[in-house]
Amino acid sequence: MDSVTLLLEGFQTALTPQNLLYALIGVTLGTAVGVLPGIGPAMTVALLLPVTFTLEPTSAFIMFAGIYYGGMYGGSTTSILLNTPGEAASIVTALEGNLMAKKGRGAAALATAAIGSFVAGTIGTVLLSLLAPTVVELAVQLGPEDYFALMVLAFLTVAAMLGRSVIRGLASLAIGLTLGLVGIDTQTGQARFTLGIPQLLDGIDVVIVAVGLFAVGETLYVASRLRHEPLELIPVSGTWMTRSDWRRSWAPWLRGTAIGFPIGTIPAGGADVTTFLSYATERKLAKHKEFGHGAIEGVAGPEAANNAAAAGVLVPLLTLGLPTSATAAILVAAFQQYGLQPGPQLFEANATLVWALIASLYIGNLMLLVLNLPLVGIWVKLLQIPRPYLYAGIMVFAALGSYTINLSPIDLTLLLILGFLGFLLRRYGWPVAPVVLGVILGPLAEQQLRRALQISQNDPTVLVTSPFSATLLTVAFLFLVVPPVLRRWQRRTEKEIALESEREEADLTTRP
Amino acid sequence: MTIVVGYVPKPEGRAALTRAVSEAKLRGTDLVVVNSSAAQSLVDESLASRRELDEVRRQLDEADVKHDVRRLVRGREAAEELIEAAEETGADLIVIGLRRRTPVGKFITGSDAQRILLTAPCPVLAVKADV
Repeated sequence: MDSVTLLLEGFQTALTPQNLLYALIGVTLGTAVGVLPGIGPAMTVALLLPVTFTLEPTSAFIMFAGIYYGGMYGGSTTSILLNTPGEAASIVTALEGNLMAKKGRGAAALATAAIGSFVAGTIGTVLLSLLAPTVVELAVQLGPEDYFALMVLAFLTVAAMLGRSVIRGLASLAIGLTLGLVGIDTQTGQARFTLGIPQLLDGIDVVIVAVGLFAVGETLYVASRLRHEPLELIPVSGTWMTRSDWRRSWAPWLRGTAIGFPIGTIPAGGADVTTFLSYATERKLAKHKEFGHGAIEGVAGPEAANNAAAAGVLVPLLTLGLPTSATAAILVAAFQQYGLQPGPQLFEANATLVWALIASLYIGNLMLLVLNLPLVGIWVKLLQIPRPYLYAGIMVFAALGSYTINLSPIDLTLLLILGFLGFLLRRYGWPVAPVVLGVILGPLAEQQLRRALQISQNDPTVLVTSPFSATLLTVAFLFLVVPPVLRRWQRRTEKEIALESEREEADLTTRP
Repeated sequence: MTIVVGYVPKPEGRAALTRAVSEAKLRGTDLVVVNSSAAQSLVDESLASRRELDEVRRQLDEADVKHDVRRLVRGREAAEELIEAAEETGADLIVIGLRRRTPVGKFITGSDAQRILLTAPCPVLAVKADV
């Protein structure tokens, strides 16, 4: 069927009052968690998985998608007003955005971030709607060895791109894969890694892993750090965007989208790289030489890039079932909870769900634009909640949610153990996302591997003979080598920026 | 022989400071200005920036009052900090700013003013913002 027709039908489903309400809840929640540093869409979706078990899948996914997009919008508010990123993807926004706010141009910075996010999100969703059917047609031709190669690629890129070093990423991935192996093997009935505990025969629920690592781990980590001073909040001031701001922003918006979307679709491990690339591009192309003093292009480009990347991540997620970030991995877990498997079959069997989801992304983007600008004051009030209350609430929710999965106290013990693991990971600078990815993708990858080997009668060369898988595995190998180079470049850029701003500060303080 | 005043960068804090300055000149004593935050949330509107406190120092210099402006971020409640400053300096007056709190507000986050009034080692002068 024509995809435009399908999309219009999706709008029909998405525009019902119930689904509109869920979209509104989702985007509000997403913005709120995006604003709060340390709490993000990944954790929120994981916390809501047990709660949404009884909801209709379409409504639940509309809400999750709203949370996902909302997180990208909310992070920029904190970056601009507090010089602390609300989300990892907003680190770059803080560079120029906070300087703009200090100069009294905070409102313009927030506006360009929000509008840029809207433009990029909408264009990204359009590209998603156009690309998805094409990729699905290609995906149907893929065999299990190709899927396995894809997953290996995803593993390696996420492990290599996140965190401070490839070794740490791979170690986190190994932890995740091990956790994913716990339980009864579906094909042979063998109990693996169950330590003789009967409750572990069903495996460790992915919700407990996600909630333990993200919610409990983050709480323990925040509690452990020395109390540091509250940050100075720069009040939102200045005019909204002037005509020259618009003129300077629209090109970075489009360039940001062009950079963000493609990198979001490939397994490149998240939006960090895209925002840095966009920032570097805008810096090189800037005509006004304001970088380092609050250049609006430095906010417009990266914000557009990270929203476009968020849309891009949905392409492999929906069409191939391949998650390329922690939040995407949890969305896969959400699909599994409803007995759905994202991939080409999803487009065939549950076309209404998928297209309603895509339609609600457009609606969600619009809602986010409307929510973000006028309600900045409310988001800022969120930051004044004393953290002990905030994290206590999160812990209660986490424990409650984990308990409702199996009504078993063993799950709570596991939650605490995994929470402690999450704390250790953060304390020693190991990335957390590869663990979640390993837990969710590991069993799937194993399934595909065994299927491929069964079809080929235990001939391992089948894994590399298919042209698709051969290419992917080469690319995967490259990803072990290329990221250190990319990372060194990223560090060098960071250092340059830091040195420049230090020089600026020194200039300012020595001037009488 | 000192006066301790609890300062926040809000109307009631400024009113308290003004009144404290006139009390100090009346009695010929010096002033200890305490601005603190429990550092429990990421953004705390009661905490004055260093720039603001420099401005306060300048104003006190102009008013010709001996002063000691303290900015304390030690994770303790404002009431505790004020009482401790009063005990340490042997103050004979504490000046605080008052604002209207709803009963629910007082229930949720407590009333610093009430705590200071009840545990202070010396008389307390409570000033409202519109005075």
